[in-house]
Amino acid sequence: MKTIEAEVLVIGGGATGAGVLRDVCMRGYGGLLVERSDLATGTSGRFHGLLHSGGRYAVKDPSSAKECMDENRVLRRIAADCIEDTSGYFVTTEKDDPSYSDLFVDGCRRAGIPVEEISVSAALNAEPRLSPRISRVLQVPDAAIDAWKTVWGCVRSASDHGGRALPYHKVTGILREGDIVVGAVVEDRAGDEVRIRAGFTINASGAWAAQIAALAGCGGFTILPGRGIMIAMGHRLVDTVINRCQMPTDGDILVPIRTVSVIGTTDEEASDPDDLRILQDEVDRMLADGETLVPGFRQVRALRVWAGVRPLFKDEKAESSSTREVSRSHRLLDHHDRDGVEGFITITGGKFTTFRRMAQDSVDIMGAQLKDERACHTHEEALPDSEERTYYKLGSRLAAREERLHDEQIICECELIGRRALENAMQRRGSSDLDDIRRTLRLGMGPCQGGFCIYRSAGILHSLQRIDAASATASLRDFLQERWKGLHPILYGDGLRQARLDDWIFQGLLNVEQLQS
Amino acid sequence: MTIDIRASLDHCVKCTICETHCPVSAATPLFPGPKYVGPQAERFRSEEASVDDSLDYCSGCGICSQVCPQGVKIAEINSRARARMKAQRGVPLRDRVIARPSVSARLATPVAPLANAALANPVLRCLVEAVMGVHRKAPLPRFTSRPFQTRQRQRSAADSFRAKSAKVVYFHGCGVNFFEPRLGEMAVAVLERNGFEVIVPPQDCCGLPLQSNGLFSEARTYVRRLASNLAPYARAGLPIVSTSTSCSLMLKREAHEILGEDSEELAVVSEQMFDICELLADLLGRGELDRRFGEVSLTVPYHAPCQQRGHGIGSPALDLLELIPGLEVVEQEAQCCGIAGTYGLKKEKYDIAMAVGRPLFESISELGASIAACDSETCRWQIAHATGVPVVHPIELLHRAYVGEQ
Repeated sequence: MKTIEAEVLVIGGGATGAGVLRDVCMRGYGGLLVERSDLATGTSGRFHGLLHSGGRYAVKDPSSAKECMDENRVLRRIAADCIEDTSGYFVTTEKDDPSYSDLFVDGCRRAGIPVEEISVSAALNAEPRLSPRISRVLQVPDAAIDAWKTVWGCVRSASDHGGRALPYHKVTGILREGDIVVGAVVEDRAGDEVRIRAGFTINASGAWAAQIAALAGCGGFTILPGRGIMIAMGHRLVDTVINRCQMPTDGDILVPIRTVSVIGTTDEEASDPDDLRILQDEVDRMLADGETLVPGFRQVRALRVWAGVRPLFKDEKAESSSTREVSRSHRLLDHHDRDGVEGFITITGGKFTTFRRMAQDSVDIMGAQLKDERACHTHEEALPDSEERTYYKLGSRLAAREERLHDEQIICECELIGRRALENAMQRRGSSDLDDIRRTLRLGMGPCQGGFCIYRSAGILHSLQRIDAASATASLRDFLQERWKGLHPILYGDGLRQARLDDWIFQGLLNVEQLQS
Repeated sequence: MTIDIRASLDHCVKCTICETHCPVSAATPLFPGPKYVGPQAERFRSEEASVDDSLDYCSGCGICSQVCPQGVKIAEINSRARARMKAQRGVPLRDRVIARPSVSARLATPVAPLANAALANPVLRCLVEAVMGVHRKAPLPRFTSRPFQTRQRQRSAADSFRAKSAKVVYFHGCGVNFFEPRLGEMAVAVLERNGFEVIVPPQDCCGLPLQSNGLFSEARTYVRRLASNLAPYARAGLPIVSTSTSCSLMLKREAHEILGEDSEELAVVSEQMFDICELLADLLGRGELDRRFGEVSLTVPYHAPCQQRGHGIGSPALDLLELIPGLEVVEQEAQCCGIAGTYGLKKEKYDIAMAVGRPLFESISELGASIAACDSETCRWQIAHATGVPVVHPIELLHRAYVGEQ
């Protein structure tokens, strides 16, 4: 069995894990991250893309609200290229209790969230699709954040400081010597086992944290997977994040992110974090909630639906039954104090917005345990591509495409991806999995959902990587299968029409199901 | 309505039918095509600064919207995006001038012979190109010293036809008023021959050239004023006919769809607006058209302009012209002459417009006809310029046939 040495092993390649990897590396440790799948494919890659101002928690959970606002400021400073400065409205619709908005303003002020009332007419002027039945609009510094860019940005930053991430390395066991955790055994994509010996292990596996901790023999807590669905609509209905001004509930956020608008979300207690089922009833509820914010919502093309799980921490003795009542603040478990196990901590819970803070707290605890306290600098140094501190703009891909209009073939027409960008990404990722390339570039994520770009991409993959036709076909088919999961629960209207055309292309023209692979 | 235009991008299934029909992207790589500029690029647009300069190469012919089987309002999306771009960057003086034909014509009419001589002078045209950016060879119409409105006012009462019931309002547009007053007189004569009393109310530009040059608020001012002039007749149930297919389309549909105008005045005018051939073909369908035509022994290539096709009324001109004894009409299959209103006048777009029209020009030239027919004024000027063949409105052929019969 192959053995790798690392000073610090990070388990989990979501935002938290990537943040922890970056933090340990910036503090001068040799960090190694392992992730069972591709980076940001668990909870981090499955949220709506909202960079919270904290407004959502202003009334109910003031400490979370304050933490969100603090981190919102930090991320705007260090990850500007991942953020679109959309701003956010909290709107009182006809279905919301009007008295909540005063509580909201008080809560924001106490949490240090800049809040400003704007007139309904000004809001409707800026966002003409917003329901004219709203009665009050409060503006806060919400924003949209690209999860994949952020997570990969952290990993790139970590590698600048000597760190490394290994996607598709699944932890199958935790190595213990007596009461000390000394690393983990992982299984790579080919099914081979690799032993990783580490001086310290940080379990940042979010909704899977209890499973990993159990491998180390540490228990006494549960992660309740709170499953929520989100639907991406075909284009930007609004350019500002829209929240219902009410106690947080289902279907009350609409986030304009990149070229789509995402409505979220539901909250169903799941028994397993890998249970990502989507129920018809949830889709219907989401669309109805969308209608409350944007009249005509049901006529808009629904591009894709997906589910993600929130990692909500619950100590065994906690009595609350509904997951939403469990605190969203993150939890740090020092297994030395809890279980008498050294060299091992667990970080879970929290929100995407606060991932950097979670990482900082984790590495602080590690330093305390190691009696080697070093200062955190993750809030000071910008991520790669964010050094200029200019926010991402919706039009940036269009502007870039204009420059290359005459000398570069376009491959993904919906997301404006040219051949060079695609080939570069394929080389960089070294992956023959088109779904990995999708997350890197947003390939095939537009209205046609890969209908026109994926067969082109499979051909390019084949010619670039010298993989044989059978592997290229398998990659193509896997991609289509993966897309289908998010399409079939929302097959109506324009999306259905598109799916029929795509089906004719892949089944009718390319006979994709019968091809040898 | 403006929301509906943008939302229509959701219907795009990427089939590329629009791209295969676009005459501009077929003629120049500078225009990346309607699918790219329309439903694709629109997803990347917001109130941010406009970034896609290639958009400006859309001629606005509207063929993409006509051929889209899914109902994407491609040309309309482009028009709106271009207006936003122009609003951010400012509109050059050239576009502000050519977008106001009635203003420049009013200045030129009193000195029409001089103005025409000047615009026919190659040296002066080079100067105009250098200073203003209007291409030296671009087809400019000739000003008349007696505008159509003046002619109608001076027409003796005895000459005018009075009818008890059948009245029609003639919306002649700037083209007839300032450049082709004879066409207006022939239109009136053809309508009177069919029993209509023709009312010619005072009228100004419909705002279309302003709209197509991205000057939306100025265009709104013009179209509102025109709609309010015409509304009383429309409310009284009188049909309003036009010999300009692009101006009538502006009132029928575009002011509403592109400018987002939703006044009651515009709506009622829109309901009553007819292309003149559309109205006459209706008469034909009801068996009420005066069919006593004299012989016109000619072979005439006929080009249905893009804006005429935008009406969605079939080809009423062909239905009418085939009634004329001796007349052989050859329908042209080429899509567009390239001029698209003011597009082909511009220095940087003249060559593109000529390339767009080349298949049409070649087809007309090959026929060796002495005359061609087309419903839209700027298209007539462009085709005549490119082929040397005089181009007339179909009404002129009908008029000739009626006169020949008398």
